[in-house]
Amino acid sequence: MNVILIAVIVLGLVGLISAVVLFVASKKFAVYEDPRIKEVGEVLPQANCGGCGYPGCAGFAAACVKAAESGSLSDLNCAPGGQKVMEQVAGILGLQASAAAPKVAVVRCQGTCDVRPHGVEFDGAHSCRIQNMTGMGETQCLYGCLGEGDCEHACLFGAIKVNPVTRIAEVDESLCTGCGACAKTCPRGIIELRPQGPKGRKVVVLCNNKDKGALATKECKASCIGCGKCVKTCEKFEAITLGVNLAHIDPDKCKMCLKCVDACPRGAIKAFNFPPRPPKKEAPAVAPAASVAPATEVKQEKKEAEA
Amino acid sequence: MKTFRIGGVHPAENKLSASSPIREAALPKQAVFSMFQHIGAPAVPVVKKGDTVKVGTLLGEAGGFVSAPIYSSVSGKVSKVDVALDASDTRRMAVYVDVEGDEWEEGIDRSTDLVKLADRPDLDAKTIVEKIKQAGIVGMGGATFPTHVKLCPPPGQKAECVIINAVECEPYLTADHRLMLEKADEILVGVQLLMKAVGVEKGYVGIENNKPDAIVLMERKAEKYPNIEIVPLKVKYPQGGEKQLIDAVIGRQVPAPPAIPINVGAVVQNVGTAFAVYEAVMKNKPLISRVITVTGKSVKQPSNLMARLGTPFQQLIDECGGLPEDTGKVIGGGPMMGKALISLDIPMTKGSSGLLIMNDKEARRTAPQPCIRCAKCVSACPMGLEPFLLATASSQHMWDVTEQNNVTSCIECGSCAFTCPSHRPLLDMIRLGKTTVMGIIKARAAANAPKK
Repeated sequence: MNVILIAVIVLGLVGLISAVVLFVASKKFAVYEDPRIKEVGEVLPQANCGGCGYPGCAGFAAACVKAAESGSLSDLNCAPGGQKVMEQVAGILGLQASAAAPKVAVVRCQGTCDVRPHGVEFDGAHSCRIQNMTGMGETQCLYGCLGEGDCEHACLFGAIKVNPVTRIAEVDESLCTGCGACAKTCPRGIIELRPQGPKGRKVVVLCNNKDKGALATKECKASCIGCGKCVKTCEKFEAITLGVNLAHIDPDKCKMCLKCVDACPRGAIKAFNFPPRPPKKEAPAVAPAASVAPATEVKQEKKEAEA
Repeated sequence: MKTFRIGGVHPAENKLSASSPIREAALPKQAVFSMFQHIGAPAVPVVKKGDTVKVGTLLGEAGGFVSAPIYSSVSGKVSKVDVALDASDTRRMAVYVDVEGDEWEEGIDRSTDLVKLADRPDLDAKTIVEKIKQAGIVGMGGATFPTHVKLCPPPGQKAECVIINAVECEPYLTADHRLMLEKADEILVGVQLLMKAVGVEKGYVGIENNKPDAIVLMERKAEKYPNIEIVPLKVKYPQGGEKQLIDAVIGRQVPAPPAIPINVGAVVQNVGTAFAVYEAVMKNKPLISRVITVTGKSVKQPSNLMARLGTPFQQLIDECGGLPEDTGKVIGGGPMMGKALISLDIPMTKGSSGLLIMNDKEARRTAPQPCIRCAKCVSACPMGLEPFLLATASSQHMWDVTEQNNVTSCIECGSCAFTCPSHRPLLDMIRLGKTTVMGIIKARAAANAPKK
């Protein structure tokens, strides 16, 4: 009886002392965390994709609350969550969400096997980065898609896949959140993040080849040769600029008139998500190349529509 | 018999062309001179379209201290200065020369008489280094590091000996072997010149004992030169690696990067470089040709060719009986460290030690299997690394782990991938890790620099 009593008292005392120590410690070393961080975290998608530039969703939530003190969320955007999530976040923090244009990844290469033949075979570890280190890769183009699927592995949403027939990466725009993980991993910088555009419509130069025209022609039948015809057709809007032997369309200035698509002698400019255009009437063709280009465009669009 | 301490493998030697004497290759119709024939800054072209050049005319001047000039190896007209495919499998700046005749620049001694060091008392260390620099000599073993840079030790470092790399540990290659058999006297004078250039009294020539004829000949010739010692070495790959050779010959281990061989008092030069140094200093001949082994099991006539730089590989193969029908892969260099070529129009450069033609069966890799944790790669690694760990970490993009496990020490010899029973592409993945980590280290250094 006595033994049991002593044990109970001793244990009780130890418990009491520990409780006091813990109570004091919890008051003295308490870390204040803004409760809004937890609230913001709850509305985020919890994909931890890192597309915002912060270490996961928790990091982004903390950054949002911090930014709220300065009164603006303009530099922050959760790509997978989109506008809807950002509005919710702004609601919690008592702010107005800025209208960030949702973006989507675009693979700027059309070098399929038929236009860009594979001259050699790469037998090493299957990774674009590793193949890129060996030099040219399987084709003659130093800038084109390698097709080993590093972007496919990087995508957390299953939105980008390498087509086994064409061996080019393709983006499923309905799944793409515009987080940019694929663009970061591509060793050749082929993937570009572009605004989704009204009804998903956009006009893009689908080539990354910076070689001179004569060489680019040899390397790939669908390459941009830097001829500048598109730049001339777009003189009014100045949306197209010519870099190093490569044209680029500024999405903010593009008026989607599609004149450049018709002007390109290489079929390197592609219009996304436009309704199929009626085939042109047999007008007296000035240049044979000009009449060929739209025809192929229509075909591509039809294919897309079927898919 | 001496060898290095850690790791190493012994691939089948396949020295098919060991008994074939060095032949002069025919002049090409068009020679292409890449401006990227060495490590460091590329050479800057100094000729333009339409210029007439002779053998020994300067085409590109050195683009910095760690760089080397490039000379024409043929006479004719410059047809264009444009990009060309080179042995790195990318397009880079090059000078194209259409060959007409074979005229040489004045002042180049084309006779084969041996000029000894005693005949030229006017040569001092500075003059020798300057001549080597002017001649555009780079490491001829394949790494193509500009030779004059190695001969100018950084302040505070003192060289104690020159080690000549005549190991030729790569299977198939016999260029250095044949060079020793045919140009032993010239090589030994070259070694003397290198010793004088760095101011040391001791020179070693390391030769693997699968070349007994070369060892006997060099030992006999070296009797006249008391300061030069011939060191026979046990056959083990990668003994031709700079750090492995130093360990094998003088028993010193070079610490991890950024330490370099000079930190342990050694200057290592290839035997081909020693010959080029002799020709540059004594014969006034810039680096315009080299010995290249064209070999392979299906090649009709495996040979060693003395070919002019800029000759397309296709022509060299034609001289050895043409491209075999069952060709699966053509490798520039040896089978262990060489690089598969994507075209035969690629011209040979200062670092082209061999051209290996593999048949379709040999060329293919076996499908990789999961790692069975046998640790064969760990025992094979000559740098004492853990290849399986580095490869896994790199493939998972865990660059911090890769860096902590000293990926930058990797010499990319391929012993790990060679020995792996699961045929895992270890070197591919480690190379990815090494390149990325080097980039990270460089970026970090650049970010930290302004704060200091």
